[in-house]
Amino acid sequence: MLKIAVLYPELLGTYGDGGNGLVLAERARRRGVEASLELVAMRDELPAADVYLLGGGEDGPQRLASDLLAHNGFVDRVTDGSYVVAVCAGLQILGRTFCVDGNDEYQGLGLVDVVTRRGEVRSVGELCVRVGEQLLVGFENHGGRTVLGEGVAPLGRVLRGRANDGEVDGYRTDRIWASYAHGPALAMNPWFADEILGTVLGQELDPLGTAADLLYARRRQILTAGLAG
Amino acid sequence: MGTRLTARENLAVGALRSVNWVSRVTGRGAGTVAGGRVGLRISPNLLAVLTRDRTVIVVSGTNGKTTTTALCVAGWGGDVTTNATGANMPAGHVAALAGSHSTHVVLEVDEAWLPDVLDAVTPKVVILLNLSRDQLDRANEVRQMSERWRSSLASPGADPVVIANANDPLVVYAALDADQVRWCDVPTNWTLDAQSCPRCTRPLEHSPSGWSCTCGLATPEDVTTSLNGELTVAGEHAALSLSIPGEYNRGNAAMAATALREVGVLLSESIPRMQSVTGVAGRYTVRSWQGRQMRLLLAKNPAGFDALLSTVAPEPIDVWVAINANIADGRDPAWLYDVAFEALKGHVVWCLGERRLDLATRLDYAGVEYRIVEDLASLPATTQPVELLANYTAFQEWMARSAPC
Ligand SMILES: [Zn+2]
Repeated sequence: MLKIAVLYPELLGTYGDGGNGLVLAERARRRGVEASLELVAMRDELPAADVYLLGGGEDGPQRLASDLLAHNGFVDRVTDGSYVVAVCAGLQILGRTFCVDGNDEYQGLGLVDVVTRRGEVRSVGELCVRVGEQLLVGFENHGGRTVLGEGVAPLGRVLRGRANDGEVDGYRTDRIWASYAHGPALAMNPWFADEILGTVLGQELDPLGTAADLLYARRRQILTAGLAG
Repeated sequence: MGTRLTARENLAVGALRSVNWVSRVTGRGAGTVAGGRVGLRISPNLLAVLTRDRTVIVVSGTNGKTTTTALCVAGWGGDVTTNATGANMPAGHVAALAGSHSTHVVLEVDEAWLPDVLDAVTPKVVILLNLSRDQLDRANEVRQMSERWRSSLASPGADPVVIANANDPLVVYAALDADQVRWCDVPTNWTLDAQSCPRCTRPLEHSPSGWSCTCGLATPEDVTTSLNGELTVAGEHAALSLSIPGEYNRGNAAMAATALREVGVLLSESIPRMQSVTGVAGRYTVRSWQGRQMRLLLAKNPAGFDALLSTVAPEPIDVWVAINANIADGRDPAWLYDVAFEALKGHVVWCLGERRLDLATRLDYAGVEYRIVEDLASLPATTQPVELLANYTAFQEWMARSAPC
């Protein structure tokens, strides 16, 4: 049984972020893997899970979510072997510090050596990132500028949009995928959903062939029009 | 009204009217907004000038503005000045105000513009319907909106009577420091944006009797408008029957009736008149297209879509859903994952609009049977009316494509 937990959707779910959990569960089930999808509310205890998902949120809720995660055993679960997919505010929370309410610095979970400051402008728009041989397509909407510590690998290189700093997007550790592509990024990028799923399950997955593949092909075509490479 | 205008204001009104006339006769637009812009450029306080000595009701909120405005206009009765659908920013307001001399005014106001409009206009009554996420790639952070409303309504001046939805924490917070508030207990099923306290961000406790926070913010107790089978407003009762569907529209009518009480219209007068509202800018009405009959339904955001899905009949039917992502819709269709499309299980959904693939993917993951319509000619012939749910510009396209029957 694959256990998927979406953390605090009422705080971190600004951009349809709950969709990512649904996509992972459905793609597992269609491969004959039993999967449970749990939405964890603020008052719930943190359940054990194979993979946790963190979405985006506004300043107040982001701070609250960070406080909850610092005290509910989440960090231990991740160090003990759970995987994490984090987007937007979730990406910032896992780092050392982030900014809320103007430029006030706030303590993150410190799971990754990453610092997020307030960017000069808000980054809103379409995002296209090269991840290995693949392209990640999506949408970003955040006010952060994220700096990776030495030795922290980005998830990919930005072809379109701004993400961390206009150069790279998110970060990748052996247990964490983090991106500024918010919300249903896994719905739009079936290859990415399967890469995560394959890693968590420890097996190679064959393509599924669903509406998501048509969507990905279309977005990829639109977002790479006029881009070199 | 004319005698009180300064030369500059007179010029502004004249310019506004002539721009509107030109744009109407040359077919370049419906008038209204273009003329309003010119007028405001010549005299920025035109909105204040044009509402002087008039009794104004202002309607704002994420969902239901247009319908509630229409219900207020109908319920008031007689000649009422109001802005055209969609023209809910100051340029649209001054255009409407310059085009009519009635002293009774109902203005639909875009949420983000509400503080500016309250500043310029001295409304008698302000209706605050609800606040939820809407096109977040344009208007960020719904909590900030609530805060802006609050500081605007708290500032001293000619204080309006605020008609506020007691079940929406973001509205309650916004109305908290206003001088006069009439709290309304109306159906509000969207609480996703109201899980953490608008004042202190701590988690809100939700129960059947309401919501509360440890900081003391809670469902107001002194509710004066309620809907329990019949409508009650400050002790006056009335049976509420409307020509438009949906529990949420009953709530809109309740708030409209509460506002009209504040300008001296009794429920016994306003409610019967509201029945004349059968469709609002084409919404809810049955239209025809290529031999098919369809009920066109507009939803601009997740809360609106969820409300519409609850009106789709349970027996299996074909449902057409059209989704665009133009600027007016918001460029990012991520919100599709905030809508419980699972409610359409058992129906066949035909996916239309520029973002039909985003929709099809969402439905696929929801376990709903879908068909992607690459060509309108491939849509099935039907004998029974089709439900067509569309977001903003997709709705406009289908309004243009279809005809009233
Ligand atoms: Zn509170």
